[in-house]
Amino acid sequence: MSGEPLLSVRNLRVYYGTPGRPVRAVDGVSLDIGEAEVVGLVGESGCGKSTLGRGVIGLLPEGARAHGEVVYGGRNLVGLPPKALRALRGPELGLIFQEPMTRLNPLMRISDHFRETLEQHERRLTNREIRRRSLETLGRMGIPPTRFRQYPHEFSGGMRQRIMIALALVLRPKLLVADEPTTSLDVIVEGQILALLADLKRNFSTSLILVTHNLGIVAESCDRVAVMYAGKIVEEGPARNVFAEPSHPYTRELLRSTISLDTTELHSIPGAPPNLIDPPSGCRFHPRCPEIMAVCRERAPIETHPEPGRRALCWLHGPDGAIPPGGRQRLEREAIAVAEEA
Amino acid sequence: MSAQTRDLSSLSELRSGVSTGEPLVAVNGLKTYYSIRGSFLDRLIGREGAAVRAVDDVSFDLHKGEVLGLVGESGSGKTTLGRTLLGLVPATAGSVRFEGRELTGLPERELRLLRRRLQVVFQDPHASLNPAMTIAQAVGHPLQIHGMASGDEIRLRVAEVLERVGLAPAEQFMDKYPSDLSGGQKQRAVIARAIVLEPVLLVADEPVSMLDMSVRAKILELMLSLKQDFDLTYLYITHDLATAKFFCDRIAIMYLGRIVEIGPSEAIYENPRHPYTQALLRAIPEPDPRRSVPRDLPRGEVPDASRPPLGCSFHPRCPRAFEVCGWESRDLRDLLEARWSGLEEERYEAERAAIGNLDVLDTPATRVRLAADGERAERALGLLEQARDDDPNEPFWRGVRRMARADGAVEVEWHDPLSPRLLQAGEVEVECHLYDEDALRRADELRHETP
Repeated sequence: MSGEPLLSVRNLRVYYGTPGRPVRAVDGVSLDIGEAEVVGLVGESGCGKSTLGRGVIGLLPEGARAHGEVVYGGRNLVGLPPKALRALRGPELGLIFQEPMTRLNPLMRISDHFRETLEQHERRLTNREIRRRSLETLGRMGIPPTRFRQYPHEFSGGMRQRIMIALALVLRPKLLVADEPTTSLDVIVEGQILALLADLKRNFSTSLILVTHNLGIVAESCDRVAVMYAGKIVEEGPARNVFAEPSHPYTRELLRSTISLDTTELHSIPGAPPNLIDPPSGCRFHPRCPEIMAVCRERAPIETHPEPGRRALCWLHGPDGAIPPGGRQRLEREAIAVAEEA
Repeated sequence: MSAQTRDLSSLSELRSGVSTGEPLVAVNGLKTYYSIRGSFLDRLIGREGAAVRAVDDVSFDLHKGEVLGLVGESGSGKTTLGRTLLGLVPATAGSVRFEGRELTGLPERELRLLRRRLQVVFQDPHASLNPAMTIAQAVGHPLQIHGMASGDEIRLRVAEVLERVGLAPAEQFMDKYPSDLSGGQKQRAVIARAIVLEPVLLVADEPVSMLDMSVRAKILELMLSLKQDFDLTYLYITHDLATAKFFCDRIAIMYLGRIVEIGPSEAIYENPRHPYTQALLRAIPEPDPRRSVPRDLPRGEVPDASRPPLGCSFHPRCPRAFEVCGWESRDLRDLLEARWSGLEEERYEAERAAIGNLDVLDTPATRVRLAADGERAERALGLLEQARDDDPNEPFWRGVRRMARADGAVEVEWHDPLSPRLLQAGEVEVECHLYDEDALRRADELRHETP
């Protein structure tokens, strides 16, 4: 990424209120998104990636509280009044959901979905312009103009997702967040949709945050990747480099447990992500880490830059000055019963 | 570390032990159709409604100790096939023999007795467990229903099975409800419920696809080790060729109700024959950037099974389809619509007006008349020729026999379709004209024919 970031997250915390102590779903995260950049957010379920993805565009569930900064266009979105946020969401910051069918109104034609969306945000458009803009965006997503006046149920699952993407893009947002956009689709259709998303930066100069648990998808579609574990970004860098040579043991273990055609051995990470009310001491990954050292249980790791443009949150990369004497001593990983597994 | 890792060679040892001779399950000419009810008028005059051919003439054997992967996208009929084998859906025609006994048409009472030996694990562990039943009740329920144990005996047996699937110590899980368990733990409980009756055949329908990547390997390993301990035979239903590679001795690829390729796993992965199998393999995302390959994916999605394409069902999406694969009117509609998606609005409006009513293309036919009001015919023909010149390598054009003006309209005619047959090709059987000498010869004749 070069130049000013489009959006800049600084020390963001998102807590969910529970009757007892809060769930710290996102716990001190910083991340920059460049113009026309595709950034992948990966991690297991419950690591905070969806919360971060939505938090970035100011979309948080009831009962969630955010602290820190999400700077976009010179303004901090955290703490912005709901009305001001709503005005940004759509024309500036868009969201694509996992289940397209639940987001389209079954009683409304596709043309009416576009009319409603455009009229809400750009009041001065004529009918002719609305139609032109809609057809052009749909066409780029592979939906023919002949089907503009059809209802959602007349489309296949893949086409509905294309329509959802077009509905987000028709407002020409600067940034789109796609939360597991292909999870309910078949593998070939998934590939088609991902190819469309990866081309957004070229065709619409839109930046994209792709939230997914599938590392293969990130490797093939993203410029950069941020790996999340227990509410923190534990590694970040150019997707190619990170996947070719991961810095964090968690990234490496995730990669090893992904089953692809080239997988030569079945591998899994023992245990499960911790609960975020009371996460483990020191490094939050230490109970599952195959390379645990004495320091990992005691002290939270400090962010380091193993290479320019990359960062990792892991004591293996130092800084040496912060590791107490004997801190680098290797420990046996604690035995984890299947009962603790995900 | 080693406890979590198992290499391919030891996996294939686990897989061995396939017996030859009499198959455990023999499926022959199996058809499962769902009827779509016609309109009131249709019923009044006794006309049959349309039928969805979910499983359309499928045959295969499953040997004891074998793992057969049934692979396809949604709408391929793989789930219906699995359900038909279990007697959960009645077969329309054909036969399913289990241990030499015909299953189709068996009354429910006798099927129920057989279900002790045929069990199923579904995709969604959340939906498979009754939220109001504890894990002990859920896993013990089959024992109770089949009268195989009672009282304390049930609890003992349940504890044993839970420990076997890794939910140990069992006491910690027995009185919990499904909502207290993680996804992986729930799927373990579902597997425990399936094996508590000690079945011989387990139908596993996408057992890991709803689980996190980091959990999938654990469940697959569990299923492999259970297979060894309980001498199980698996029918593994999935859309994911990557997990099937680890799990299956043989693979059957399904598309729109038919098996289009079937053979030993090694042969399917090393040398996929059917263009659909090749596409499925290419579509799997590869996390290692050093190994990623360019993806050229087939267009479109699995078509509506109630109105399957003529000829080979895959031809509209196939990059290698040729003259006899079944090109027809609906393909022309798709071609025009794809073209119009990329045009400026005015240009689209003009072309649309020239073609006129598109609905004539919705009825499957190898001959259509377009723009039938005389005036537009010239423009419409010019447009079709333009479309061909714009993309001459599009396989569709190979299927067109003739485009000409006739009686004030444009007539488009396609070559007659041939239905593909499942034929031996090397170690596998494949249903594709590319491997059928007769079809290739016929296409060659057509290329040299002057219409």
